[in-house]
Amino acid sequence: MTTTVTSHRPRPATTPDTLRTKRLPRYAAPAIALAALLVAAAVVLGAGIGNWVLVVVLGALLYLIGLYLAAKAVEGARSARNRTWSALIHSAFVLAVLPLASVVWTLLSKGVERLDGDFFLTSMNNIGARDANGGAYHAIIGTLEQVGIATLITVPLGILCAVYIVEYGRGKFAFAIRFFVDVMTGIPSIVSGLFVLAFWVLIVSPWFNDGRPSFSGFAAALALSVLMLPTVVRSTEEMLRLVPAPLREGAYALGVPKWKTILRVVLPTALPGIVTGVMLAIARAAGETAPVLLVAGGGAAINFNPFENNQSSLSLFVYQQAGDASRFSPARAWTAALTLVALVLILTIAAKLLARRNRLGR
Amino acid sequence: MAKRIEASNVTAYYGGFKAIENINLTVEPKTVTALIGPSGCGKSTFLRSINRMHEVLPGARVEGSLTIDDQDIYDRDVDVTAVRRMIGMVFQRPNPFPTMSIYENAVAGLRLNGVRKKSILDEAAEKALRAANLWDEVKDRLGKPGAGLSGGQQQRLCIARTIAVEPQVVLMDEPCSALDPISTLAIEDLMFQLKDKFTIIIVTHNMQQAARVSDRTAFFSIEKTGDPGRLIEYDNTQKIFSNPTQKKTEDYITGRFG
Repeated sequence: MTTTVTSHRPRPATTPDTLRTKRLPRYAAPAIALAALLVAAAVVLGAGIGNWVLVVVLGALLYLIGLYLAAKAVEGARSARNRTWSALIHSAFVLAVLPLASVVWTLLSKGVERLDGDFFLTSMNNIGARDANGGAYHAIIGTLEQVGIATLITVPLGILCAVYIVEYGRGKFAFAIRFFVDVMTGIPSIVSGLFVLAFWVLIVSPWFNDGRPSFSGFAAALALSVLMLPTVVRSTEEMLRLVPAPLREGAYALGVPKWKTILRVVLPTALPGIVTGVMLAIARAAGETAPVLLVAGGGAAINFNPFENNQSSLSLFVYQQAGDASRFSPARAWTAALTLVALVLILTIAAKLLARRNRLGR
Repeated sequence: MAKRIEASNVTAYYGGFKAIENINLTVEPKTVTALIGPSGCGKSTFLRSINRMHEVLPGARVEGSLTIDDQDIYDRDVDVTAVRRMIGMVFQRPNPFPTMSIYENAVAGLRLNGVRKKSILDEAAEKALRAANLWDEVKDRLGKPGAGLSGGQQQRLCIARTIAVEPQVVLMDEPCSALDPISTLAIEDLMFQLKDKFTIIIVTHNMQQAARVSDRTAFFSIEKTGDPGRLIEYDNTQKIFSNPTQKKTEDYITGRFG
């Protein structure tokens, strides 16, 4: 109810009489943006103090100020704040996307030079500094095998661990496991590589190799799984906690045992989230260079056997080519980087599609 | 098929908190028994202790004895899953399994307990969905997700899921509180039909509903917050609503308290 009683102290009306307010015309925001850019260009280029980057930055600032003042003059203070914050949030989004777009563009533009059959079908074996060809076949195999083995080790272990923490763990033991998983999240990749080097390569591998320590793709997979494990455990744990308790109770009330409830009701419900977590872990592992360098040693030749001798990987290949003293190697490094990103992208899309198909039911 | 339930001196705890104390009550086969009372008086706790769902929560335990046809369900050598198969439960909010289709939801109890044969499952699904008055509405879209149904349909799907495993007792924990009046009516009608085969115990906040559907009514109450809930009066529904013995019951059903 609007009160029309006059009091001796006039107060601002809290209930407006009309729902209409003055609005800036539709063309106002673009017009202000254009004007801000023109002013910025005139100032910056006229004074010769910078290039187009400074024009854009200054233009954005001027736009924010101009928009605020214009909105305040026409629409009022609340609306002006609203417009300014909206503009700030949109700029934050643009700022966040710019580096990503830039990375993709750089990879595509520089990686396309060596995107040929040779790159995917040959290795670096017997390729000298003056040879323009050579490829990453051996590195692609290495990445696929190492990440594949690491995933095979990590996913069951990580999911079971998360199931224990969420569904069975009580008291100090579960708390300790959670704590150590958190600590593991912070392990630098080089440390996990050193651990596997000291434990697997130097102590265990001689037993299989006539007493001599041996680098192998499997050792790299072990190091990668140390890195993947905490990501898988924590993301799976969060997803399992999101499964509503009434679903579990619904299954218990049908006389379904607990293990079967977890297997057939809880895990399928959490599956899409678990897949996302696993894919994040895989993406991280595929990009690791240091542990592979330490325990698989790299190498130029094709080696299909992950259990014996040196193996390379795409990220290691990028590292080695980028530092190689040959005018042909930077192009190889870029193409390998592009391949690595594409590989992870394809795996992620495939996994999401699979998870979604399962969820919709038959 | 339907069985008699006898509770004697049932006391239930949540950790250190005593939620109900010394409940004594006998439920006859093939009847509908309503549990009514103010919030927090332990109706749901008592209901959940009948099929050992109470102990699912960490720290929760039950004392006293609860027998179903003279077998104590809290005996050491009793298999919890067998108890729950014999005593089914429908929850306050419909909780169909989101990853399963309507068909899979209806036969979830059978499939998860190891029944694989398609002919048996098909038959059970149709029977349960018909018994839950849902068959005509869903028979053409059995493969669609169960979570895509309306709230009332979802709740009937949950009832179908419960009766598909052919329990002898069906517990209902405020099954209509999240539903509109039409869906509520559908479920109340359903209870009348199910009474022929099952013993039904229903917790409800809706006294008209208790009066409409139940043969016997148990009134639970607490002295004050923090005290355990107690059974105040248990009698024929007619008697409870027309001529209760206890002053407290009368106050509650006439709306003077709670």
